[in-house]
Amino acid sequence: MAAQDAAIKASSDTLFSGSSRGSRRNMGQFIRWALLFGGGILMIMPIVFMLSTSLKFPFEVYNLNLIPEEPTIENYTYVLADGRFFGWFWNSLIIATLTTVSAVFFDALVGYALCKFKFPGRYLIFIAILSTLMIPTEMLVIPWYLMSKSFGWLDTYWGIMFPGIMTAFGTFLMKQFFETVPDDFLEAARIDGLNEFQIWWQVAMPLVRPALAALAIFVFLGNWTAFIWPLIVTNSVDMYTLPVGLSSFGDEVDVAWELIMTGAAISTLPTLVVFLVFQRFIIRGVVMAGLKG
Amino acid sequence: MRFYQNLTISQKQIAWAWAFLALPVLFYVVIRFYPTANAFVLSFQEWNLLGARSFTGFDNYVRLYNDPVFWKVFRNTFMYLILGTPVSLVLSFVIAYHLDKVRFMHGTIRALYFIPFMTSAVAMAWVWRWFYQPVPIGVFNNFLATLGFGQIPFLSSTTNALPSVLAPAIWAGLGFQVIIFMAGLRAIPQSYYEAARIDGVSSWTVLWEITIPLLKPTVVFLVVFSSIGFLRIFDQVYNMTTNNPGGPLNSTKPLVLLIYDTAFNGFNMGYAAAQTVVLFTILLIVSLIQLRILRDR
Repeated sequence: MAAQDAAIKASSDTLFSGSSRGSRRNMGQFIRWALLFGGGILMIMPIVFMLSTSLKFPFEVYNLNLIPEEPTIENYTYVLADGRFFGWFWNSLIIATLTTVSAVFFDALVGYALCKFKFPGRYLIFIAILSTLMIPTEMLVIPWYLMSKSFGWLDTYWGIMFPGIMTAFGTFLMKQFFETVPDDFLEAARIDGLNEFQIWWQVAMPLVRPALAALAIFVFLGNWTAFIWPLIVTNSVDMYTLPVGLSSFGDEVDVAWELIMTGAAISTLPTLVVFLVFQRFIIRGVVMAGLKG
Repeated sequence: MRFYQNLTISQKQIAWAWAFLALPVLFYVVIRFYPTANAFVLSFQEWNLLGARSFTGFDNYVRLYNDPVFWKVFRNTFMYLILGTPVSLVLSFVIAYHLDKVRFMHGTIRALYFIPFMTSAVAMAWVWRWFYQPVPIGVFNNFLATLGFGQIPFLSSTTNALPSVLAPAIWAGLGFQVIIFMAGLRAIPQSYYEAARIDGVSSWTVLWEITIPLLKPTVVFLVVFSSIGFLRIFDQVYNMTTNNPGGPLNSTKPLVLLIYDTAFNGFNMGYAAAQTVVLFTILLIVSLIQLRILRDR
């Protein structure tokens, strides 16, 4: 880490030092930096506009300035006043958290079993689970809906969550990572008298912690922003998740853009804050999950 | 317990494997395979949720074939793919290629590009929808007006609406692709570049002869990943064209929205199931073709 930082510092020194031999190169390097930085600022403009408008009075909405002349939190008090957004926020939080815990637990369990146990049918089960990656969610929503309808799962937390409590992607990812755990470790634990469940939970799981975290980020984000299935399975306003709630709220207030931007900000801010805090960690996790998955 | 102790080591392994896998196997059978089979069966039936399910053979597929709306939707779905995948891949590669060579504020710039990936598609669809409104509401048209240009009808025009809806989808996914491309660039051994420098090869040649060929696995992954994403587009379309989802005149309607409409507004379950089978087939073919093409080259 220290070496990397030193290298970064050294190259940033040359970037602005303008030594006679490299000054043309430095100029090019500066233009490259400026274009990339400008592009990066453009990338976050929609989010900046959203936040800025959520702090404006209606009469200022049509103004393009980013800093409101008269900042107000009135939109937030208005949007939050009837409690619906609190409810949707709570629903999303509970559903995304429970689903993430379940998916990470089961995906690691299955990935471990398929990686470390020798038993007949192992390969078949692995291929079967992997093949479900080819089935799009959209193909399953109709049968899931019919199923939920006959079991009385419509409009319940369980109804929203059940399709996601295990994921084939996560299973595959965890299997890949358990391959890196040496069998000797597990054998040593076995000799110490741990049973297989304890070996998995106490010995193998701590060794793949970065992968578990990466998977957790992916699953949580996926469930926090999930739209089509919660839209189908919920019908009462109380059971909506944030995206479904925001969608219906947008239709309801129609052209009150400052209110829509406030609702959008409420559903975007939590993941943004989490990202800003754990930035490096999240990006590393995404690369890990993306490349191994 | 005694019974367990009498088992051989390999029998114990089998017992433990099933203890680990019993619940998950049940899950995959009941929540993945059974519904898939059900969707196929349903596609040969006629059912409006209330009456009886009756087999109608290939009627749903014949009806699909003769439905002009379906072909319109089919074309739209491919337009999302054909515009979205190359545009997002080229943009993200260019950004990653240059960002890889920049050290000053590297982490901050990378974060700026990545932030949109962390947002919810529904929330951002509403932000972009506001951007696209005509003067005096929308940001884009306001901006054009201040620069003295004419107005552009974004979401209300049948030709502009589809790319307008696609833009936020590309925007949100760009950061992920940049990150993956940069990881791919890092994986190329530095010695190749050093050898090229000693030989005095131009950086343009290095790009085409070393960087891009060695990035092939990354490109394969991103092409498949993003194509599947664009073929399944829904959130943006549903939220940006809400008064008439998929409008104007079905010009933005993708297959998934057609499925949603047929099943949950028209309650035509069999017909919708046939549409999902078509989606499944398209996704399967596209991934197979792309893997094939990119692997051969």
